[in-house]
Amino acid sequence: MEDKITRRAFLKSAAAGAVAAGALSCGRAAAGSSGEGPGEMETRVNHVSGDKVSLLGYGCMRWPMIKDASGKDVIDQEKVNGMVDYAMAHGINYYDTSPAYLQGQSERAAGIALSRYPRESYYIATKLSNFGNPSPEASIKMYRDSFGELRTEYFDYYLLHAIGGGGREAFERRYVNNGIMEFLYAEKAAGRIRNLGFSFHGNKDSFDYFMSLHDNGTYHWDFCQIEMNYVDWTHADGKRNVNADYLYAELVKRNIPIVVMEPLLGGRLANVPANIATRLKTLEPDRSAAWWAFRFVGSWPGVLCILSGMTSMDPLKENVETFGHFKPMDDKELALMEEMAVLMKEYPMVNCTSCKYCMPCPYGIDIPGIFHHYNRSVTDGTFVTDSSTENYRKLRRAFLLGYDRAVPPERQADHCISCGTCLSHCPQSIPIPGELARINRYVEKLKQGKI
Amino acid sequence: MFRKIRIILAVLFFAGVTSLLLDFTGALHGWLGWMAKIQFLPAVMAANFVTIAALCLLTILFGRVYCSVICPLGVYQDAVSWLSSRRKGKRARFRPKKELKWLRYGVWVLFVAALVAGVQVFVALLAPYSAWGRIVDSIFAPAVKGFNNLLALLDQRIGTYNVYPREVWLKSLPALLVAVVTLILVTVLAWRGGRTWCNDVCPVGTTLGFLSRFSMFRPSVDYSKCRECLACERKCKASCIDIKAARIDYSRCVDCFDCLDSCKAGALKYRFAWKKAVTAGGEEPSGTGDGGRRAFLIGSAILAGETVVRSQEKKVDGGFAAIAAKKAPKRDVPVTPFGSSGVRDFYRRCTACQLCVAACPNNVLRPSSDLSRLMQPEMSYEKGWCRPECTRCSQVCPSGAIKPVSVEEKTDYHVGTARVNRELCIVETDGVSCGNCARKCPRGAIRMVPVNPDDPESLRRPAVVEERCIGCGACENLCPARPFSAITVNGREEHIIKD
Repeated sequence: MEDKITRRAFLKSAAAGAVAAGALSCGRAAAGSSGEGPGEMETRVNHVSGDKVSLLGYGCMRWPMIKDASGKDVIDQEKVNGMVDYAMAHGINYYDTSPAYLQGQSERAAGIALSRYPRESYYIATKLSNFGNPSPEASIKMYRDSFGELRTEYFDYYLLHAIGGGGREAFERRYVNNGIMEFLYAEKAAGRIRNLGFSFHGNKDSFDYFMSLHDNGTYHWDFCQIEMNYVDWTHADGKRNVNADYLYAELVKRNIPIVVMEPLLGGRLANVPANIATRLKTLEPDRSAAWWAFRFVGSWPGVLCILSGMTSMDPLKENVETFGHFKPMDDKELALMEEMAVLMKEYPMVNCTSCKYCMPCPYGIDIPGIFHHYNRSVTDGTFVTDSSTENYRKLRRAFLLGYDRAVPPERQADHCISCGTCLSHCPQSIPIPGELARINRYVEKLKQGKI
Repeated sequence: MFRKIRIILAVLFFAGVTSLLLDFTGALHGWLGWMAKIQFLPAVMAANFVTIAALCLLTILFGRVYCSVICPLGVYQDAVSWLSSRRKGKRARFRPKKELKWLRYGVWVLFVAALVAGVQVFVALLAPYSAWGRIVDSIFAPAVKGFNNLLALLDQRIGTYNVYPREVWLKSLPALLVAVVTLILVTVLAWRGGRTWCNDVCPVGTTLGFLSRFSMFRPSVDYSKCRECLACERKCKASCIDIKAARIDYSRCVDCFDCLDSCKAGALKYRFAWKKAVTAGGEEPSGTGDGGRRAFLIGSAILAGETVVRSQEKKVDGGFAAIAAKKAPKRDVPVTPFGSSGVRDFYRRCTACQLCVAACPNNVLRPSSDLSRLMQPEMSYEKGWCRPECTRCSQVCPSGAIKPVSVEEKTDYHVGTARVNRELCIVETDGVSCGNCARKCPRGAIRMVPVNPDDPESLRRPAVVEERCIGCGACENLCPARPFSAITVNGREEHIIKD
């Protein structure tokens, strides 16, 4: 109840501000997604540090890759520079990266692109991604290397990367027993870390544990990065992750600013199943599904920044426009989103966001590729559960042929040996071998004509 | 008129049989499968008495029309010969030749002996339908698949889902080489001497020749009208007309009717002429073909000695762990298809026509490179496994080597048994848990048992329950050990049906 009142006050103030600025005066007539132009970037103030942060943040995990002369995947720096130029010109000032992203190349690319601007004109968020080797030496080296890669003297936001998955035990192994927490607080005191927080993927118990550390004064979290979107709001599975409304309320209660990741569930909320798309298009024919998803997240005042991993100029421009003419949702729209989330849950999709943390699989399986093809077929409505479905034969062929196109046969799900190497890497805690087996059972049924 | 009908029917049969051999989708077999089943040798192997009787009756009535219409290798030679005749000065290039009895009957006796003794390599080398089958599958099918893959690429580009890409791979080098040599030889012989192969070598032709000597309808000369212009002789691909000796060798005549149209005097007619048996005879033969045939046999023998087979290695890109291509293990007993009753029976009946190899959608069947069953198909699981929903090879086999099997029956056949090689199993070599073979076995024939029997908590390794295994190769194909799988299938001598 508490946060609802807060939201109402927030809506009121947003409306007042909009009237004053004249920014929201446009009605339905000008609602074309390319009709409005960039507008003025919505900002939020971090009441702890005073930072004025753009509501849209740049996630540096999905930048475009190209092959270099030796056939190695490298970041397309030219494109990155162009996109960062556009982002900076349109008010995006929060850039989130990690030493682990894009085969370890993300920080350097961000550093190259951002260092062309005055340091105080943007905020850098990076992480201690010490999954592989949590020894004090390796962890501190990783921390120190990030300064060089990002060409900076200090980090505005520094995160313990993806805690919660292994519960308290993993947290202590990675940050406590090796003395890293003390080290980071010393660094914060020295001014090299301005805000210290963590990104969270896990269940309620471990989240409560991290909050209790804050409450009892063991640690102080300056901010927290959580997965939040209209599906996860009240429809997280509960075993491996927590409903975002709970996380949100707990953080707001403690006045901890919230950075949001996966507002689009790795793009799945940008490409929604046909019946959901129809519902949304009925209301706003010229708005994309992403527009609704972003607005849902932005409608919560405790949210400081919403990260989006924009791979090309096109989503970047679209998102800049969404946040340049930002309009929080009213209660009716929020209820609609809940309705969409219920519909969404009816589709048997895999909760994969294509972050590729699981790769490379030692047995050569293309895990994200398989999940992507499967999810896409569910979204596109080419997923069949019944042979009496209209166009059954056509859909069956589309799935099987599309599968072979998307993933070479020797990298398909039937070759997964369930070794479980991937399990600890998945921030979504997807039971990857189980999901691959499920998809393989579906493929087998299709091939054997048993559906 | 007769000639035109012959050409139309020949084109239809030739296109039909060749399409069957090229059709990797299996769509044509329902319509055209009978065209393979009426081929002479497959019908003999299948003990298909109705077909054999019909073919014999056809020959006794009308002569060797089988060779001109139904046999694809015969029609191919006619096409080559026709092209050759279009050259300047070659329009009337044939001369009567003496029947090479020792060669014809020598080959025939050897062929029948090989058939009885089960020396299928020799049978497959000479049988015309088998020869055409391996030529099409080894030489033309890859080109067709390449074209299919271009279409598949286009299909993918425009975002539709109509065409499956098909892998083009070298199924057996010896089979390919034999096919190339066969094609070159048959083409050269036909280019130079028309039906030399059919006259002097082809055992099916010789067999039908026994009957066609006495055929009821036959081209015959009315010598009262004949002006001895010899135009018919010069058009005769079989070189079997000898006007001066007043003889036509009906054992070689394939009823192509080219001679009929050449006769301007109206002396040569296709008519009922039973009991006017005419024996062979004529002038001195020019001797073409004999040297070629010898070279062919010698060449084939050399080829047979080479048994190097290697599947193409595949390259992988950087973002993934590299995957080594699988290599075929050595199998003590070859695995033969579901629907064959056993190894011995299968290889005795199979005419190596490659129809099943061409039809296999899982890249399991390929011509053997083993000398004892060269070019006859065998199963192996490097590229796929014998999937439960597929019974295609059993539907297409014209010779009865693979009997029709239903999808339901298939998983009750026992064609081979898997065996685990503990030295290769990653559970033992890498100390990781796996069990993919057990999970993917469609019969549930693999049990995961503790590596250390005294420690139930130790890692589990696969053990095959032989009685449940059917030999489909899912375990072998999906085993993570590379290049050699840690679990491999060995064939069964006798296939049994489980209950």
